[in-house]
Amino acid sequence: MKIRKNIAISENGFIFNPMTGDSFSVNETGVYILQKLKDGGSEETILQNLMDEYELDTYTAEKDLNDFLSMLKSYQLITNE
Amino acid sequence: MHPTYESPIIQKLNAGMMNKFGSRTEYTPVKFIDNVAIADLMDEYGSPLFVISEKTIRQTYQKALKAFKMRYPKVQFAWSYKTNYLDAVCQVFHQEGSWAEVVSGFEYQKAIRNGVPGNLIIFNGPDKSKEDLIMAIKNRSLIHIDHFDELYMLIEILEEMENSKACVAIRINMDTGVYPQWDRFGFNYENGQAWNAIVKIIAQKKLQLEGLHCHIGTYMLTANAYAVAARKMCELAQAYANTTGENIKYLDMGGGFCSSNTLKGSYLQGVDIIPTFDDYAEAITSTILQFGFHPDKLPLLILETGRALIDEAGYLLGTVLATKRLADGRRATVLDTGVNIMFTSFWYNHRVSPAQDFSQHAEETALYGPLCMNIDNLRESVILPILKKGDRIVVHEVGAYNMTQWMQFITLRPNVVMIDTTGKVHLIRKQETVNTIVDCEMVPEHLK
Repeated sequence: MKIRKNIAISENGFIFNPMTGDSFSVNETGVYILQKLKDGGSEETILQNLMDEYELDTYTAEKDLNDFLSMLKSYQLITNE
Repeated sequence: MHPTYESPIIQKLNAGMMNKFGSRTEYTPVKFIDNVAIADLMDEYGSPLFVISEKTIRQTYQKALKAFKMRYPKVQFAWSYKTNYLDAVCQVFHQEGSWAEVVSGFEYQKAIRNGVPGNLIIFNGPDKSKEDLIMAIKNRSLIHIDHFDELYMLIEILEEMENSKACVAIRINMDTGVYPQWDRFGFNYENGQAWNAIVKIIAQKKLQLEGLHCHIGTYMLTANAYAVAARKMCELAQAYANTTGENIKYLDMGGGFCSSNTLKGSYLQGVDIIPTFDDYAEAITSTILQFGFHPDKLPLLILETGRALIDEAGYLLGTVLATKRLADGRRATVLDTGVNIMFTSFWYNHRVSPAQDFSQHAEETALYGPLCMNIDNLRESVILPILKKGDRIVVHEVGAYNMTQWMQFITLRPNVVMIDTTGKVHLIRKQETVNTIVDCEMVPEHLK
């Protein structure tokens, strides 16, 4: 799972996709996950990162991460490659 | 120190797009009701939980009363039992000076149990049994006749009762310029039916016509309709006085005043479009005062407004059961407050506030109740801060009709508490248990 090329992510959560012209906003947790994706983190690693960073239980972290990733996918911001 | 967690969200930005629903409306959490912590209330009394503010009831009542009393010398409110007939609620209104306005034998008995003197009970509605009428006659209650069958039944009953007289009024329906016209209750003004009923009553020695009653609709967005109605009521009162030489003692203008809830389909928020108590009062009282009654013979003005007096005092506290994603990507939030206990969500877009701190991020979500039924939809679309399982919410303005029209359907009805004017919390209706339901059931021997 990778972020598509050229997707711009600002620190305060503004996302721009130059391919489509679409822009998005994400909250702090969203920025955190996107940065980890950009750094090449796998889904499993990001899950662990989330749990460590925010002191989350597995179920909450997994549920929220899956939901967020599915939204990124539906907005065509990530690919499965 | 770990940073505060909030579920990750992403929202597509649509610059320049029109949004009928506007932006978010919740900027601060609602953590207290009358200085009582919502968290404490829910910890002690569970979720969902209805909360009634006695202070708000009294303040709203005084506001309404003042609007009328500063314009008209003789004003009387009668508490509309069907709007909320929890005994504690009724007693607040009775303490404030309200009579009782009931629409069934059941409600009538509740009013009697609440200690309301029989002659201060207005008995409305199309369903009054023979037993109900006998009780009302004996108690000298004000019987508001709805149809000719009731009028004739009353005459028959009185023939059998020696030395008894009934104090009556008739309900009148009319064209006030508001549609749909409510013509299913009472006698019509325009086609002469109302006058015919009055003539019939005049001819009966055992019937004393005390007043005239109308109730022109519900959630009336124009105060002018009341001016039209008041004018027609005055015309009938005058015609009665001309015919009999006696004066009608009271004009009962019914209810129908709006609360500030927002109706479904309304473009603007309810609070921005509804008339105030002063608007209604001005329309009604100026019409009666200018009609030309002798100042000493002005009729008593009775008002039966329910919704506008109690809606704001009622809150429903609930808990998020789950959040999920719908097929089109929208968020859905499942709450434990369903349409079974929030009947008014069928016609209002109730305001919902989170009861705990939240970040500046918000998300469009559908709000569903806990019932395994597709109709259990509280808000089709509302922009709310990000909610997660276990978070608590406050539904505003649920004081009217919910605690009477609620259904025991799939789940049981919850606790209702009242916060008194000193901030003390009182349980005023216990949550139901399985026994509440099965105690009324019987299983035939062969099925045991």
